[in-house]
Amino acid sequence: MSIAVVLPRALYPYARGSSTLTIDDRVSSVRDALSIVGQRWPAVLDRVMTERGEVREHVNIFVGEDSIRFGDGLATALEDGDTIMIVAAVSGG
Amino acid sequence: MASPTLKPTTGDTLVLVGTVKGAFILSSADRKDWTLHGPYFPGESVYAIAYDERGGRTRTLAATRSFHWGSTIRLSDDYGATWSGPERQSVRFPEGSGLALVQVWQIKLGRADEPDVLYAGVEPSCLFESRDGGETWAAVEGILNHEHRPKWTPGGGGMCLHTIVPDPSNSQRMAIAMSTGGCYRTDDGGKTWRARNAGVRAEFLPNKYPEFGQCVHKVVHHPARPERLFLQNHWGLYRSDDWGDNWTDIANGVPSDFGFSMQVHPHDPDTVYIVPIKSDAFRITPDARLRVYRTRNAGASWHALTAGLPQQDAYETILRDALAADVNDPAGVYFGTRSGKVYGSADDGESWTELADALPSVVCVKSAVVGKAGGATA
Repeated sequence: MSIAVVLPRALYPYARGSSTLTIDDRVSSVRDALSIVGQRWPAVLDRVMTERGEVREHVNIFVGEDSIRFGDGLATALEDGDTIMIVAAVSGG
Repeated sequence: MASPTLKPTTGDTLVLVGTVKGAFILSSADRKDWTLHGPYFPGESVYAIAYDERGGRTRTLAATRSFHWGSTIRLSDDYGATWSGPERQSVRFPEGSGLALVQVWQIKLGRADEPDVLYAGVEPSCLFESRDGGETWAAVEGILNHEHRPKWTPGGGGMCLHTIVPDPSNSQRMAIAMSTGGCYRTDDGGKTWRARNAGVRAEFLPNKYPEFGQCVHKVVHHPARPERLFLQNHWGLYRSDDWGDNWTDIANGVPSDFGFSMQVHPHDPDTVYIVPIKSDAFRITPDARLRVYRTRNAGASWHALTAGLPQQDAYETILRDALAADVNDPAGVYFGTRSGKVYGSADDGESWTELADALPSVVCVKSAVVGKAGGATA
């Protein structure tokens, strides 16, 4: 199984410069995939999720072209070859 | 673009400025000519900043908040040339607390004889402690699990613990303040905390004098007289002579007793500075005049300091941490405005000059003198 996690440029420094993280473990949901991210790249997950295990308010996560906010959230199912994209929301001051 | 390189020498004065879009440092050898350095953390807000020379360090600490990626405290030992990171976010609520960090509102140096100790006040209201110079932080359990927590509610800026006042001579005692919630004090090193708000008004509650729930905006004291606290409230100006057990009104001669900022003089426990704000509904300087008020008699009377400050069409707001003093003699006093101006005085506040005029909205100002008095940030 292979899942790609595409990072925004702001998070490259927390992934030792990588723009894409590859997860080869067997995972069934976005939550599983992010758990692996947290184990291997904890500084990345700090920026994506709060201590309460919630996706930060102004961060969007897509599987393919679909936002998990409009799907099953962190329970959104993954299949081999899926791409998770982490994006800064269009917001700011 | 401001100069990015800061290499101060002993005796230089630093004014550290946090804004909603990054931090800046003003430096000067004579407090006449100032150089602006930064921006540091462009695009991120910096609501708390500090400079620490205890333990042989030259450490700047900045509380950064990315709109997207969360908050942390970052360290620099070379005056902002490099900052710690990338790394884990160092201020985190423990698992099971049900809380998640929104923002760090205050970084406070610990006592002189505990050079590795620092404190941080955060949103949602909690006190954190570091025992390694700011590298790692842990929530103080007595506040984290306080029985009043379910009844603390957010003020306009969020539910934040913004003020930390350690007793320099008693390691067991400390006062803190939050909005809303009010003042609390520990006498047992942080294990237990008692609300200390007797006499402080809560204008926005049916019971105007509750045990807790006040919206305290800032508390200051002088280390030479630590039991005497001064308090700027959300409506109300108070003094306590007994570490907060009792408070008395000292709004004598101010155009408004609403305000946010407050700073004690570095050498005189009876001298305090404030910048009154017209009202909670219209948070600008009264009469559109930018006036710092100073008492030299512990609040018996207050007098306006206006020389060099605009006295017409000045619709300014000065936030709770945007007023500071250096440890020089005469003292330097500094403040920043939400409109991005920074003003400074090198003569105890008698006269003022504009040090910067077009920064992003200023949310905190601190000052230090390199190599002097431990570099303590006022």
